[in-house]
Amino acid sequence: MKATRRVNMVATAVLLLSMAGGVALLHAIDRMRRGPVAQQALYLQSATALRRMSLGYTGLLADIYWTRAVQYFGEQHHAGSGDFRLLAPLLEVTTELDPKLVPAYQFGANFLAPKPPSGAGLPGAALSLMKYGIEHNPDQWRLYYNLGFLYYTEFKDYAKAADAFAKGAKLPGTNEFMPILAARMAQHAGEFDTARMLWFTTYQSTKDAQIRENAVEHLLALQADEDVTRLEQVVEKYRQQNGRLPASMGDLDRAGFIHGTPADPKGRPYKLMPDGRIEVEDPKSILFITKGLPPGMEPPQPSHQPQADTKSGSK
Amino acid sequence: MNSRVGYIAFNTFREAVRDRVLYNLIAFALLLSGAAILVGEISIDIERLVVVNLGLTAVSLFGVVIAIFIGIGLVSKEIDKRTLYTVLSRPVRRWEFVVGKFFGLTGTLVVNTFLMAIGVLLALLYVAHKFEKMDVWVLVALYFIVLQFLIVCALALFFSSFSTPLMSAVFTFALFVIGSLAEDLRGFARITAGVGGWIATAIAYLVPNFSALNVISQVAHGDAIPGRLILYNSAYALLYAAMAISGAVLIFQRRNLK
Repeated sequence: MKATRRVNMVATAVLLLSMAGGVALLHAIDRMRRGPVAQQALYLQSATALRRMSLGYTGLLADIYWTRAVQYFGEQHHAGSGDFRLLAPLLEVTTELDPKLVPAYQFGANFLAPKPPSGAGLPGAALSLMKYGIEHNPDQWRLYYNLGFLYYTEFKDYAKAADAFAKGAKLPGTNEFMPILAARMAQHAGEFDTARMLWFTTYQSTKDAQIRENAVEHLLALQADEDVTRLEQVVEKYRQQNGRLPASMGDLDRAGFIHGTPADPKGRPYKLMPDGRIEVEDPKSILFITKGLPPGMEPPQPSHQPQADTKSGSK
Repeated sequence: MNSRVGYIAFNTFREAVRDRVLYNLIAFALLLSGAAILVGEISIDIERLVVVNLGLTAVSLFGVVIAIFIGIGLVSKEIDKRTLYTVLSRPVRRWEFVVGKFFGLTGTLVVNTFLMAIGVLLALLYVAHKFEKMDVWVLVALYFIVLQFLIVCALALFFSSFSTPLMSAVFTFALFVIGSLAEDLRGFARITAGVGGWIATAIAYLVPNFSALNVISQVAHGDAIPGRLILYNSAYALLYAAMAISGAVLIFQRRNLK
């Protein structure tokens, strides 16, 4: 009995130790081979071959490829790499395996279109993906919304954006903002309002918490950009009226241009600089803002956390 | 059903349960609950799709593996253990033995599928928080998977009626693979001319058509399954299983068991 117990204990100890050792070794091997493994990940690029090998279980395979595309984008983005060469083929295989996988078009285009490091810098590939998606899912208003978004943000093609929003506006279950977006695109008016509407529609049309968070960040940034633009116009008016720049926000308040001390969307007061520019107090606290930054500062981007980056898309 | 067939079927089911076949449900539950929780973390917007795709694919593949590995041993095990002689020395006909075994194995798989279906539906409820109208098509896909099992069970039994367990497994699995590509095969037959075309057409219609029974991708997107397809698939699976079981009975009737 004692001997049996001893054997059991030794076997358990060896099992646990070898398991822990195995995990540690794999971890070390992964760290050593991270680059090459990621690049070699796409063994098969032919969706036809994959479809045959899947024995008809294409839905599950498409889900796996879509998850792989999300992870690949997240990994490259996290590593700060501008090399997204596998992204387009991964998305092509995914959508060929399951042409009805709408999230792959919606978010895949967002990964492909923006310039690195936010995206792969392949707006043409994003456009092809969206067109393929619409061809196979002509009743999905979200795809027309994404197509319009793409034309608006990446190609600045307002006529085509208006056309996409107008087509999406006619589909069942469409968002109430679609016809308004179509009209705004046609007029090419009210940049802030249009962008706000686009991000608000993005917020409304997804249940994913991180995508919604990303849309909220953009809405806050738009609010800050609009505030800074308006305040700088006010400063300019003050200068024209008084022949000098205001020394403080108090001067603008006393002159009746503003009421109190205006604050950014995070509740921090805007700063009036000696040269008349308006700056936000903590530029890093408002992601994506393009105005109110200290001279030379790039618009702040999300910190590199793989999932957050991946899921936030790249807009 | 003939009472002797019923007894053999019940005993086959009991034996499968005793052989811990239903333990696969534990692996299935772990797989599905793990996927339902993890996918939301590592992918985007496909939680429901993964539960349906992974759940139904697992139900199908687990079932096919069980059908093949139990089906191939149904006859040979009885011969090896010499229990077949005891059974046949009683007033049990050979065809009753074969048909009883078929119903027993099919029953095991139906129970297994029923329990897995509950798992799939619970996982769906977990990710979507409520059932939707389109979830009814998931039940249709599960029904088609059961039809698939009818054919695989019948084939496994057919091959095991004259071949060794290993060869029966190889034949059945090969037919499952070919049958899953049946639509491609018929497409190939259509574009092939002459004798090759005739041979390809004959093979394409002889192998079981599993591709029409696989509607997992469609139901994952909530696409409706036409009532006519449900009717045709049901009739096709019953006819194909009847054909394979008849073949098994014919061979087993003539088999020298000495």
